[in-house]
Amino acid sequence: MSFLNYLVSGLSLGSIYAIIALGYTMVYGIAKMLNFAHGDVIMIGGYMCFFAVQRFNLPPVLGVIIAMLACTLLGIIIERLAYKPLRSAPSLAVLITAIGVSYFLQNAAQLLWSSNPKVFKSVVGNGVLTIGGEGGLIVSHVALLTVVVCVIIMVGLTLFVNKTKMGKAMRAVSEDKGAAQLMGIDVNRTISITFAIGSGLAAIAGVLLCSAYPTLQPTTGSMPGIKAFTAAVFGGIGSIPGAFLGGILLGVIENLAKAYISTQLSDAIVFGVLIVVLLVKPAGLLGKAVREKV
Amino acid sequence: MKKMKNLTKAQKSSSLTYAVVIVAFAIMFALKTSGSLSSKMTGMLVPICAYIVMAVSLNLVVGIMGDLSLGHAGFMSVGAFAGTIAIVSMQYNGVESAGLRLVVGIIVGAIAGAIIGFLIGIPVLRLNGDYLAIVTLAFAEIIKVLIQNMYLDLDENGFHFSMVENTNTTNLETARLIIEGPMGIRGITKISTFVAGFILVMVVLIVIFHFMSSRTGRAVMSIRDNRIAAESVGIPIFKYKITTFTLSAAMAGAAGVLFANNYSTLISAKFNIDTSILVLVFVVLGGQGNMLGSIIAATALTILPEILRGFSDYRMLIYAIILIAVMLISNNSQLKAAFDGLLIKLKLKKAPDEEEGGKA
Amino acid sequence: MDDNKKYVLECENLGIVFGGLAAVNDFNVKIGEKQVYGLIGPNGAGKTTVFNLLTKVYEPTSGSIKLNGVDTKGQTTVSLSKMGIARTFQNIRLFSNLTVAENVMVAMNQNMKYSLFESTFRLPRYWKEEKAARAKALELLSIFDMQDFADVKASSLPYGAQRRLEITRALATNPSLLLLDEPAAGMNPAETAELMHNIGKIRDEFGISILLIEHDMSLVMGICDEITVLNFGMVIAQGTPAEIQSNPVVIEAYLGKQKED
Repeated sequence: MSFLNYLVSGLSLGSIYAIIALGYTMVYGIAKMLNFAHGDVIMIGGYMCFFAVQRFNLPPVLGVIIAMLACTLLGIIIERLAYKPLRSAPSLAVLITAIGVSYFLQNAAQLLWSSNPKVFKSVVGNGVLTIGGEGGLIVSHVALLTVVVCVIIMVGLTLFVNKTKMGKAMRAVSEDKGAAQLMGIDVNRTISITFAIGSGLAAIAGVLLCSAYPTLQPTTGSMPGIKAFTAAVFGGIGSIPGAFLGGILLGVIENLAKAYISTQLSDAIVFGVLIVVLLVKPAGLLGKAVREKV
Repeated sequence: MKKMKNLTKAQKSSSLTYAVVIVAFAIMFALKTSGSLSSKMTGMLVPICAYIVMAVSLNLVVGIMGDLSLGHAGFMSVGAFAGTIAIVSMQYNGVESAGLRLVVGIIVGAIAGAIIGFLIGIPVLRLNGDYLAIVTLAFAEIIKVLIQNMYLDLDENGFHFSMVENTNTTNLETARLIIEGPMGIRGITKISTFVAGFILVMVVLIVIFHFMSSRTGRAVMSIRDNRIAAESVGIPIFKYKITTFTLSAAMAGAAGVLFANNYSTLISAKFNIDTSILVLVFVVLGGQGNMLGSIIAATALTILPEILRGFSDYRMLIYAIILIAVMLISNNSQLKAAFDGLLIKLKLKKAPDEEEGGKA
Repeated sequence: MDDNKKYVLECENLGIVFGGLAAVNDFNVKIGEKQVYGLIGPNGAGKTTVFNLLTKVYEPTSGSIKLNGVDTKGQTTVSLSKMGIARTFQNIRLFSNLTVAENVMVAMNQNMKYSLFESTFRLPRYWKEEKAARAKALELLSIFDMQDFADVKASSLPYGAQRRLEITRALATNPSLLLLDEPAAGMNPAETAELMHNIGKIRDEFGISILLIEHDMSLVMGICDEITVLNFGMVIAQGTPAEIQSNPVVIEAYLGKQKED
C-alpha cells in the first residue's frame, strides 16, 4: 500500500503545481511572456492568509478570500506598472522585467516580514483519512482538498475559456493580438483580466502549498514557481489541460523518485524527464507546434 | 560614403572594446597597487572579471546566435569544479607554481565546459525559443544536483569517486578529500589574480571578435536574422549552432575556474538559476550582441549592490527597482522620452539639436 | 519533347497535400539550360508552394524532382543549395543586421574552407579566403550597381535594393537554377524595366536557368522563353508567351480577370 500513499501525496503535490502552472500557462498563452514573478505572488498569497488567520484570528475561509483579493490586486498592479509599458518590447526585455519584479517581491517581503520562516497552520487542520484500516491508504485532509480544488479550478477555467465572452476574447488575443484588436476586443483589458485570474489562482496555490508544507518565508514561492513553470512547458505551454496534466505528472514523478530512487536526486530526475519529453514532443505533451510560413 | 573606409564598423567596435578594457584595467591596477582601493573593491576585481567573461560568453548565445539560455551557470559550475579539481590535484602532487596551476586549471575548465556544452547542445539546440530556455535551465539544475551528490578523494593510489559514499579513500591521513558532496570543495588556495582575470577577459574578447568576423560567425548571425534564408543559401543550422554553443560553454567554464579560485570554498549551490539569470540580466541590459555593453553591465551590476550597501536592508529592493526602471525606460518610447527630458532639464544631457551626429 | 536535351530541372507529377487539400497537383515542368521560365497564376494558385517543394521547405507527397539529371529525393534545403538551387522570397528575407557585403558572403560559405581555428588565430588561409570572398561579393554587387552600399546594414536599404540584394545573395551560392519569387513586386515601371534587363544579363553571364514567379505581365511576357500557368494547384496551360497570351483557358482564369480592373 505504500506505493499508493506515495502516489496520493504525489497527486496532491502535483495539484499544487498544476494550479500554479495554470496561471503561468494562461499568462503565457495571452501575453506571450514568461511571468517569472508568478512564484512570488504565491508567496504573497501565503503571507496574506497567514496574517489573516494567525494574527487576526479570522476564519480560514476569509483568510483564503483575503489572500485571493490581495493577489488579484497585486497581479493587476504588477501588470499595469511593469508589463503594460512593455507590450511592444522584445520578449527578453519583458522577461528581465519579470525577474526584476520577482526580486522586488522577495526583498519587499523580507523587509516587511523578515526572512525568519513562519509556521503556517493548515487551513483544514492536520487530520487524515485512513482507508483500508491498519497499514492502509492514508490521505491527509489537505491532500484531499488540494486535489479537489485543483480539479474544480481546472474544470471551471476550461468552461470559462470556452463558454464565456471573456474566455473567447482571451482565446482570440492568444491567437492573434492584432486581429483581436481589429475585431473590437479590448486587448489590454483582456490581458489585465488574465493576470488577475492567474494571480488569484496563485493565492489559492500559496495557501494550499503552505498548508501542505508549513514553512513560509520570502523564498517559499521560488522553487515551486520554477517547477510549475516546468510543468506548464511539460504539458505544452499555453494549453490549460496541458498545464493540468503537466503539473500532476510532475508531482507524481517527483514523489515517486523521492520514494524509490533518491531524495537528493529527485529534482534532477524531474528535470531529466522534462528534457526527454521535450525532445520527443518539442511542443510539450498537449501543445501544438507552430510552423513559420515561407 | 564613409570616412574610415579601411575600418569596418565591426572592427571599430572591437578596437573600442579592447581599448576600454585595457584602460580600465590600467586604472584599477594602478589604484590597487597604490593602495587606494578599499578591500571590498579589491576583493571584487576577480569576480568582476569572471562575470564579464560569463556575460560576453552568454552574449554569444543570446545576442549573436539569438537563442535564450537560462542555464549558463551550469557550464560555469562544470568548469569551476573540473578546473579546481585539476588545480587541487596539481597542488597535491607538488606543482609549486600557482600561475602554472591556474593556467592549466582554466584550460581544463574550458575543455570540461566545452564537452558538457557540446553534449547538452546536441539535444537542446533542436528546440526553439522558450523551450530552449527551459531545457537549458533544467540541465543547469541537473548539473547542480549531480555535483551536490559527488564525492571525490585523491590519495597516493589516485582518484576515488562515488555518488553515494562520503569517503572512499583507504588512507584518510594522506588523502585529499576534494569534493565533499553538498559541502563542495574546501580549502582552496586563492590563486586567481586580477591580472589573470584581465588576461582571460582579453583572450575571450579576441576569440569572440575574431569569431564574429569569420565565416562561422557570419553564418550564425545569418541564422539568427533569418533561419529560412540561411538554409536556402546552404547554411547547416545545427552545425553552426552547436559550434557556437560549445565555444560559449568553454568560456563559461574558464570563467568558473577563475571565479572559484578566488575563494577558499566552492559549492555547487552557488551556480543556481539566480546566477544564470544574473548573467542574462548583464547581457540584456548591455544590449544583445553588444560586447562592450555586456562588460559595462557586468561591472556596474556587480559593484552596484556594494555601492548600495549604505542603504543596508533596502539595497536589494533598490537593485530590483533600478532593474525594472532601466528595462522600462530603455524599452518604452514614452518613458524614454520623459527620461531624456528629465536629463536635459537637469543639464546632464544635451538637447537633441545640440547633439552631433547621433549615436557613436 | 526531345529526350536527348539536357534539363536543369525536371518535375514529374509533383504534388503536395495539406490536410486533405491538394495545394499542388500533378505539376510537370522541364527547364532547359539557360532558359528563363515563367510560373504565373492567380493568387493562391500554389506558385510559391512549388518553390517550397523545389527547395524542400516542404517534402512533396508525390512525384519527383530532378536537378541536372539527379533525383533530389532525400535532399534537404541546405544540401540542395550545394546541388545548385538558389532562391529569393516573396516576403524579403535578408539577414537584416548584417551588412550588404556580409549578406552576400554568407552565401559563399560553402565554398570557403578555412576552419574556426584558422580564423581565431588569423592564419594566412583566413585572410586569403576572406579577401577573395569580399572581392567576389563586390563583383556580384556591381551587377546591380550596389557595390557602394557594401558596408551598409541590409535593413537600411530601400525596398527595391533589398530585392536586388536578395538576388545577388542567391547568385553567390553559384546556382545552376535560380528561383525568383515575384522579383518585381513593389517596383516602379522604370525599376521593373531595369530588372528585366538584368535578369537577361544574369542568364547570359552566369549561364544559368531562371524560374520566376511574377504578376507583372509585361515582364513575364517580355523575358520568358516558356511559361506555365497554375490555377488551384493544377497546370492549366504551358507554352511560349505568345501561346499563353492567346490561350482562352488562361484568359478566363487569369488574364480575363485582370482586364476587369
